[in-house]
Amino acid sequence: MKTKLTFAAALLAATMLSGAAGAKTFVYCSEGSPEGFDPGLYTAGTTFDAAAHTVYNRLLEFKPGTTETVPGLAESWEISDDGLQYTFKLRPGVKFQTTDFFTPTRDMNADDVIFSYERQLKSDNPWHQYVAGAAWEYFNGMGFPDLIDTIEKVDDMTVRFTLKQREAPFLANVAMPFASIVSKEYADKLEADGQMQMLNQQPVGTGAFEFVAYQQDAVIRYRAHEDYWNGKQPIDDLVFAITPDASVRYQKLKAGECHLMPYPNAADVEEMKADPNLKVMEQEGLNVAYLAYNTTQEPFDKVEVRKALNMAINKEAIVEAVFQGQATPAKNPIPPTMWSYNDAIEDDPYDPEAAKKMLEEAGVTDLSMKVWAMPVSRPYMLNARRAAELIQSDFREIGVNVEIVSYEWAEYLDRSKAKDRDGAVMLGWTGDNGDPDNFLHTLLGCDAVGGNNRAQWCNEEFDNLVTQAKQTSDQAERTKLYEEAQVVFKREAPWATLDHSLSVVPMRKEVEGFVQSPLGDFAFEGVDIVE
Amino acid sequence: MATTNTKDQNAAIGLEGGTLIATSRRARLAEFWYYFRQNRGAVIGLAVFVIIVAIAVLAPLIAPHGPSLQNRGAFLLPPVWEDGGRWEFVLGTDAVGRDILSRLIYGARFSLFIGVVVVSLAVTVGIFVGLMAGYFRGAVDTAVMRMMDIILAFPSLLLALVLVAILGPGLTNAMIAIALVQQPHYVRLTRAAVMAEKGRDYVTAARVAGAGNLRLMFKTILPNCTAPLIVQAALSFSTAILDAAALGFLGMGAQPPTPEWGTMLAEAREFILRAWWVVTFPGIAILVTVLAINLMGDGLRDALDPKLKRS
Amino acid sequence: MFRFFLRRLAVLIPTFIGVSIIAFAFIRILPGDPVMLMSGERVMSPERHQELTHLLGFDRPLWIQYVDYLGGVVTGDFGNSIVTKRPVLNDFLTLFPATLELSICAIIIAILIGVPLGILAAVKRGSWLDQSVMGFALVGYSMPIFWWGLLLIIFFSGVLQWTPVSGRISLLYYFPPVTGFMLIDSLLSGQEGAFTSAVSHLVLPTVVLATIPLAVIARQTRSAMLEVLGEDYVRTARAKGLPPRRVIGLHALRNALIPVITTIGLQVGVLLAGAILTETIFSWPGIGKWMVDSVFKRDYTVVQGGLLLIAGIIMIVNLIVDMLYGLVNPRIRH
Repeated sequence: MKTKLTFAAALLAATMLSGAAGAKTFVYCSEGSPEGFDPGLYTAGTTFDAAAHTVYNRLLEFKPGTTETVPGLAESWEISDDGLQYTFKLRPGVKFQTTDFFTPTRDMNADDVIFSYERQLKSDNPWHQYVAGAAWEYFNGMGFPDLIDTIEKVDDMTVRFTLKQREAPFLANVAMPFASIVSKEYADKLEADGQMQMLNQQPVGTGAFEFVAYQQDAVIRYRAHEDYWNGKQPIDDLVFAITPDASVRYQKLKAGECHLMPYPNAADVEEMKADPNLKVMEQEGLNVAYLAYNTTQEPFDKVEVRKALNMAINKEAIVEAVFQGQATPAKNPIPPTMWSYNDAIEDDPYDPEAAKKMLEEAGVTDLSMKVWAMPVSRPYMLNARRAAELIQSDFREIGVNVEIVSYEWAEYLDRSKAKDRDGAVMLGWTGDNGDPDNFLHTLLGCDAVGGNNRAQWCNEEFDNLVTQAKQTSDQAERTKLYEEAQVVFKREAPWATLDHSLSVVPMRKEVEGFVQSPLGDFAFEGVDIVE
Repeated sequence: MATTNTKDQNAAIGLEGGTLIATSRRARLAEFWYYFRQNRGAVIGLAVFVIIVAIAVLAPLIAPHGPSLQNRGAFLLPPVWEDGGRWEFVLGTDAVGRDILSRLIYGARFSLFIGVVVVSLAVTVGIFVGLMAGYFRGAVDTAVMRMMDIILAFPSLLLALVLVAILGPGLTNAMIAIALVQQPHYVRLTRAAVMAEKGRDYVTAARVAGAGNLRLMFKTILPNCTAPLIVQAALSFSTAILDAAALGFLGMGAQPPTPEWGTMLAEAREFILRAWWVVTFPGIAILVTVLAINLMGDGLRDALDPKLKRS
Repeated sequence: MFRFFLRRLAVLIPTFIGVSIIAFAFIRILPGDPVMLMSGERVMSPERHQELTHLLGFDRPLWIQYVDYLGGVVTGDFGNSIVTKRPVLNDFLTLFPATLELSICAIIIAILIGVPLGILAAVKRGSWLDQSVMGFALVGYSMPIFWWGLLLIIFFSGVLQWTPVSGRISLLYYFPPVTGFMLIDSLLSGQEGAFTSAVSHLVLPTVVLATIPLAVIARQTRSAMLEVLGEDYVRTARAKGLPPRRVIGLHALRNALIPVITTIGLQVGVLLAGAILTETIFSWPGIGKWMVDSVFKRDYTVVQGGLLLIAGIIMIVNLIVDMLYGLVNPRIRH
């Protein structure tokens, strides 16, 4: 296998790179085609891996392997005392990529930053609708249009954002893929040439890898960016081999046709771990699957009832049957990889006997309820139907009769929001920016009742904590507030927390420097191949 | 020339009515069986088909395990003749420890059921519409035939796939979709046959004798158009099984854990390079069933199509 | 001949309009609100929902949407994909060559093997050769090709490791697409080994896709041959003492091929349906896989445009076959 790889590298050197001796090529067997190459337009992780994490940078970046933010294209920043003004000092001397289709004449500056945000913010910007149906989904989803008041150029290397209200997660949000900084100079050239749609097809950014070519549904090719501000990469070429079928990806990995693959079949993981040519990384994903009771309806308005039901669910069995062990039972509404995760909290024990007694004490007998199961497979719950069947039999043990219901996906999402909805809804969440606010306030805050808050749960104590945390800039203080909020959550039990799925990344032995991202990104900055 | 003779005779008999019909039917059946028997393949096909029907009917009695019974600790066991195989699971087990043989046995029920439902649906609707178009001609005919052209302009599997996406994935909807894409064949066949028969003497005779439109269509003309329809039915029985399996394979047909063969294949794809048996056996089951039906179909065509009888 | 062509065309246009109505209507009755699906778990405010519905034009009366769509189609604008935001026609044109390449190779294989086998079987009627050829043809005709493809992968890619599992060419080779046909592009690129690589990727999908057409063509050729061999003029030719090879080659074959041509033409629909399964199994980046993916992603505009384009292609091919048939067999024209 090893000889095959060396042979491949040699051939590549001869054919592709015309003479660049010893060029290192890293092949990533990706799971799907990117929707396009302008990260602002899309929401899929596959697209962000192919565009945002290769070609582009953000003002702030997530520190590899964590959900903390570190300086990116902004070298430093200041927050005004009222928490409304964020002034970013840009990193000097950052070069855009020079490609076959564009040669930059200047370094990155404030104009690029303002352009990157304003094309998403302002409907009168000529780039706001440069592709038909551009909805700037993430920018809107994170509430930026209602949050940002103005963006000013203080000088060439300083940009000031003024917000309409205090929002501590703002710093995490500007590190998200949709906030990638694109080149204004390149955009101007495309506009002058009448080729605006090329921004979405041939991207130019400041990132570690420059875009070479994309063959639809087959291959994306990148080259290391020679003048990358954080240093040239150890590998020379990066190739995304689009391989939608997980068993085929594994086959290619085994054959040495690629170095790293995402999303293996759960059934293959044991064999991968045993293979001496491979190594496997594992980490809890930034997600949670839950069963949300409707806390405004009888008898689920009683904490004891919710607690009793939670104690009747055998989470281990769900993890085993749905994920073949590639997940961990969840006790908190946020995943363990997120800062402020409260590990001191103890999960409700799985105890059908005690649960039955609690129900009786609460005066609930002959309970019949609906459990909603999603019609689609999601990362946090691969097979909702199967999990619902397990919950059904768990609840039967304690004398609760369950009817499993399901709707077409869009309808499911819509109906489950309704305040007077019947029964418990199974759903989940994948974190956007690694900020606890994105789980606790978004999914459980009072504002979200009738929307993301499927439990229709408005608890003053909890809401005060997460709202206060949202408006505080000091991270240590925020951590304390969120830890306390998790205690309240556990006590009140608006959800049965089910699982956090594991993200498993198999790779060749010779791959060095890959850091698994808790956000689920696949980024190859700093990756090397060591024979 | 033999063709017209037999038909005219039958028609004459039909008109004279009553007693002769029974004997003529028996005679025709005997003649049919004589020709059918000449075709060795057809007889083999029939035998295999009968066996499959028997398996489907007797599934609960002969299957060693339940089709959805998961045996913990017996995941992906190979067939009995391989190392590690057990007699308990003759053809091995799948990823969640279900006995493949049992699932295949129960799967036979689904495949036959699909075939029967699809063909009956397509035949009923197709014949009715075809009769209307062929008998009344004019605007009805034009409208119907354009509609059929439209359906036939799409690749059948693609159309069925989109239809199932609209109706929602599942076995029932898959059957409806397949029946819909198949019925243009019946419409065209019936229409052509009706148009050919309509002008014949026996029809005119029946009309003169005062038969109404309905009677003419269904009692007089239809029985004389059945031969090509029977052949087509046999063919579309096998196509229905194949298409339903393909939809199941694409995840749009019967949903897991239904032991439908195509769905089983879809579930088995994950293990293609690790456990050949979970992929191989459901496919063999589909192939054998379809082959048996097609062999029979060939035999039927030879026996019913007098032109081929001669040569 | 020209009048025949016009007559066929006159039938084709209403059919095409019907097809477009069906494709359009399908998408409107697909369950699920495409705007709602865009946001997934993240809840969208009602105002935003309305804004996007308006942006995508879903709030206009249906007939206006349809007329608009048809107007676009006439000028080659099939709308933009909801998922990728790229023009549907662009994607189709990029991916179609892959399907075309596969289909052409498959039909060539099917003809090259199927026609001679059919002739052979007819000439040696009743022999063991005839029986085994027809036996194999029936097996091929009954084959669930999605399983057949998996089986070939297990054997040739898994056990023997002769052929790659998926894709069109090894990642080692990179050249810009010129024609979109990998076989031609790899030759044009001049890179050593590229052509071999392209061929090795093409072999299994071609075999899978060719299976059913091959069986159908072999069976059809045989029965057409048998019919012709029984005709008077062939008997006469035989009686005249012409050598059998000449009789078969010159007289019989030419007439027998007429129905065979029709059969081959009819295989276009079969090929496109087969491409859906074959491309899915081999991750072949063609329109079959594109359609399946779009159905699953509920990419409405792509499903709509794809249905229309594919139906259009089948109708045009059928028209060409009709014309050819009319040329070789003048009786049919009236």
